[in-house]
Amino acid sequence: MHSLTLKEMAAGLRARKFSARELTQHYLRRIETFDGQINSFITVTAGQALAQAAAADEKLARAEGGPLTGIPLAQKDIFCTQGVKTSCGSRMLDNFIAPYDATIVRKLHHEAGMVMLGKCNMDEFAMGSSNETSWYGPVKNPWDLTRVPGGSSGGSVAAVAAGLAPVATASDTGGSIRQPAALTNLTGIKPTYGRVSRYGMIAFASSLDQAGVVARSAEDAAYVLQAMSGFDPLDSTSVDRPVDDLVAGLNRPIRGLRIGLPKEYFAAGLAPEVRARVMAAVGVFEQLGAVISEISLPNAPLSVPTYYVVAPAEASSNLARYDGVRYGYRAQGVKTLEELYKRSRGEGFGPEVQRRIMIGTYVLSHGYYDAYYLKAQKVRKLICEDFRRAFEQVDLVLGPTTTDVAFKLGAKTDDPVAMYLNDIYTIAANLAGIPAMSLPCGFVDGLPVGLQLMGNYFDEARLLNAAHQYQQATDFHKQMPQAFR
Amino acid sequence: MSFSIEHIQQVAHLARLALGPEQAAHYARQLSDILEMVGQLARADTQGVEPMAHPLEMHQRLRPDVVTETDRREVFQALAPAVENGLYIVPKVIE
Amino acid sequence: MAYDASAWEAVIGLEVHCQLLTRSKIFSGAPTQYGAAPNTQADAVTLGLPGVLPVLNASALEMAVKFGLAIQAQIAERCVFARKHYFYPDLPKGYQISQYEQPIVAKGHLDIELADGSVKRIGITRAHLEEDAGKSLHEGFAGATGIDLNRAGTPLIEIVSEPDLRSPAEAVAYLKKLHQLVVYLGICDGNMQEGSFRCDANVSVRRRGDTRFGTRTETKNVNSFRFVEKAIEYEIQRQIDILESGGRVVQETRLFNPDTGETRAMRSKEEAMDYRYFPDPDLLPVVVGPAEIDRIRATMPELPEAKKQRFMTQYGLSKYDATVLTSEAALADYYEDVVRISGADAKLCANWVITDLLGALNKRGEDITASPVTAAMLAGLIARIADQTISGKLAKDVFEAMLAGEGTADEIIKAKGLVQITDEGAIRKAIEDVIAQNPRQLADYRAGKDKLFGFFVGQVMKATQGKANPELVNRLLKDRLAS
Repeated sequence: MHSLTLKEMAAGLRARKFSARELTQHYLRRIETFDGQINSFITVTAGQALAQAAAADEKLARAEGGPLTGIPLAQKDIFCTQGVKTSCGSRMLDNFIAPYDATIVRKLHHEAGMVMLGKCNMDEFAMGSSNETSWYGPVKNPWDLTRVPGGSSGGSVAAVAAGLAPVATASDTGGSIRQPAALTNLTGIKPTYGRVSRYGMIAFASSLDQAGVVARSAEDAAYVLQAMSGFDPLDSTSVDRPVDDLVAGLNRPIRGLRIGLPKEYFAAGLAPEVRARVMAAVGVFEQLGAVISEISLPNAPLSVPTYYVVAPAEASSNLARYDGVRYGYRAQGVKTLEELYKRSRGEGFGPEVQRRIMIGTYVLSHGYYDAYYLKAQKVRKLICEDFRRAFEQVDLVLGPTTTDVAFKLGAKTDDPVAMYLNDIYTIAANLAGIPAMSLPCGFVDGLPVGLQLMGNYFDEARLLNAAHQYQQATDFHKQMPQAFR
Repeated sequence: MSFSIEHIQQVAHLARLALGPEQAAHYARQLSDILEMVGQLARADTQGVEPMAHPLEMHQRLRPDVVTETDRREVFQALAPAVENGLYIVPKVIE
Repeated sequence: MAYDASAWEAVIGLEVHCQLLTRSKIFSGAPTQYGAAPNTQADAVTLGLPGVLPVLNASALEMAVKFGLAIQAQIAERCVFARKHYFYPDLPKGYQISQYEQPIVAKGHLDIELADGSVKRIGITRAHLEEDAGKSLHEGFAGATGIDLNRAGTPLIEIVSEPDLRSPAEAVAYLKKLHQLVVYLGICDGNMQEGSFRCDANVSVRRRGDTRFGTRTETKNVNSFRFVEKAIEYEIQRQIDILESGGRVVQETRLFNPDTGETRAMRSKEEAMDYRYFPDPDLLPVVVGPAEIDRIRATMPELPEAKKQRFMTQYGLSKYDATVLTSEAALADYYEDVVRISGADAKLCANWVITDLLGALNKRGEDITASPVTAAMLAGLIARIADQTISGKLAKDVFEAMLAGEGTADEIIKAKGLVQITDEGAIRKAIEDVIAQNPRQLADYRAGKDKLFGFFVGQVMKATQGKANPELVNRLLKDRLAS
């Protein structure tokens, strides 16, 4: 059952080949069997899942519901789920039972009728590129248990890659959907900023955060993204604009599609084998009729430094609310208010979160604001302008998602700068707010390689269409790690 | 840019983070590395460039002035570390 | 004034926090009523729960624009919300959403009248929108503080004056004028006790003739007009004492203690603040276009100054009467209702409202909006004076009865039989009786004791239980005594 596409699953449910309950039980069993190896879930909500499945079966019996009714999904633990622990991968929220549902939780489960299997492990407060900063321990890559799955949505990708969930939500602030998707042979899409509501998604960096999906194909991703997207009056940055029909657009031919390859994305630092797989994919697109050209995003090399000012600045502010007063972790035996704050935050946050809070505090502090924060905002504008010019010439921008395949657990944990450079190709899309996705394009020594596509604002349908056409011509995305088949 | 331990402790105080001496030394080194990387920004020519705070050029939407929320104190305070008579309790604050 | 104003000059600027009269909070749909049980109005957004987001209340924005228009200020076409960071338990998110570099209102002014009758223009640097914090309750918990977040998220405008004020009296005059304005505009209930209108005073002193400002202190928590005056006076004297004894004033935040009338340095604000302002990424720039400003302008009520001028010209009132009657919008409305309903002389109406009604309400400690005598009731009484149904003197009794809740003027006049006697025959009869009963006084009067005329008037009024029309009594008595 776990090798079916979502479309096939929906057809199976409607044809009564299996019930939502059976489907859910199948995944719950797989989680029980396999998750000990990869640590992809923080919380498994079996009882709730079976209740939702029963409700879905009733709907299906009445021939009601939509294309996702009764289909299981795993939620990244960054999304608030009422009555269920929502930890954001942090000791700070280890005891936090969310008292409300995020908008996307409401949309996916209450409206679309999907079944929530549980909450996925993640880097603490989504800060990390290897899922090693989680309070709940690292997630292992199902393709090689000694390697990282990427981050911050490491639990989401590991669960889907190992077939413990057919699809999962994720979030992407600097590449947290695309980089782990690339390292685990999944298709992950981060839509345009403002396309999916941020209400109830625990904030890391508000002007960069965007929710999305990790799935086993562009088609699967299209179904789920369709259900997540749309205007939300509870989010001031949500865009009030109709959502394109993402599924209907998948089968359009891509003849004449203009694809640009930014030369900065193929410069020094890119592993030659990864480059080769990406260029092979470019060949496939050409065969499909796409028109390939080289372009330039001259400020792209400044993405990482820009991001490591903007994101920590916003994070230092967003995480100021965790003070041990109203919810969350509170240090024991504190005598003064200052001690309450400093020890609760010192003990409740892990080192990576503390580092970023300190960078952010520093770049916003008196005397440094102009040199760092304001400067970064201006460079952000330059990066954004690069894309504006690029999309005057091409429809999509194509490049590698990562410089290399998944690295070994622990390889970069004490070198933050090396870790940050993992996101060198993914960050620019967040800074500009454009949609971007990663899809499988081959393997190097048995480890997956990802290809990144970036589109113009609100061009999710075009991105998914191109990815789907590519996946019709290739079968990399159908490969599953041996140990989890 | 290189951080002194003292400066790290100042920043940690602003951010209300308790750091032990070893931690502070460790962070001082790492934050210096990070800021060195960030220092590349100085290279960019940003003369006359408008700072960008939001990815999309949109304006703030307004909410009608309507009460939509009801009292959920019990639910919310079940999450709190210390509550008394409906109040959140913290160590004595001296003004 | 306690200090030597010939040697020293005070330089004062006020920061006023004014709670806006919206139904819901500035960034969420929680209610804003005062006095609710602790934390029952603290919703997910107010509490700063993980994942929640702010959305701006349209009324709060509109009220800030109204204020800006009322002080002839610039309304920013584009304003930005910023986060102001500091840790304090009554500030749930660790930052306050406020405005920093681009406030909604800038460069306005307010004219105040000084004791000598001259007018002084006080600059208003800016007014910005922000959210209020919660309350810390320090009493009643052993070694602990309790936090109530009901007030957190209530919309505020912070109104910052230029340092144009030069004495405690000027500061109070400005504050009163500002208070009157925001209440008039209907954007604030002005309740200082409940904290709807709060003032912080920035005070410095310098020797007369100095052109540079001295070091200033900021005194917080001065929440009545009297306290503002006392706190500033205390602070001026304290600073003068320091300087005269060769010391230096320290720039600091101080707290006013209403029990002792003194100020003291706040311990919690000792360290230098670094608020790390930056544009709030959860909120977008707010744009208020010319059409929107025009729409809001059209909803503006008549402002106190304009109303005062109109009362003087339209009703022929003195400046004093007009000032009193326009001190509050509700009172001005009441007065205009009385004039309109009674159809009587505007000056007569003004006298009744100012002397009798306000006098009575003052005594009872009641507000015009809670007056037991409505405008229609007072108008009914004045109409009966105007049509001579009752005398002005009897009207006072009727008014007392109305205050006591005995009914309308007509009901009381009927019940007490107070209708004025205007029948000349009846009055003549009373006069004849009085003359017949007082032959000695009649003789004295005729012998030249003119003062006795009043005696006869009194006797006639007494004989008619005060109901005789006084003018008629006067005329007929004069005729009779002359004959």
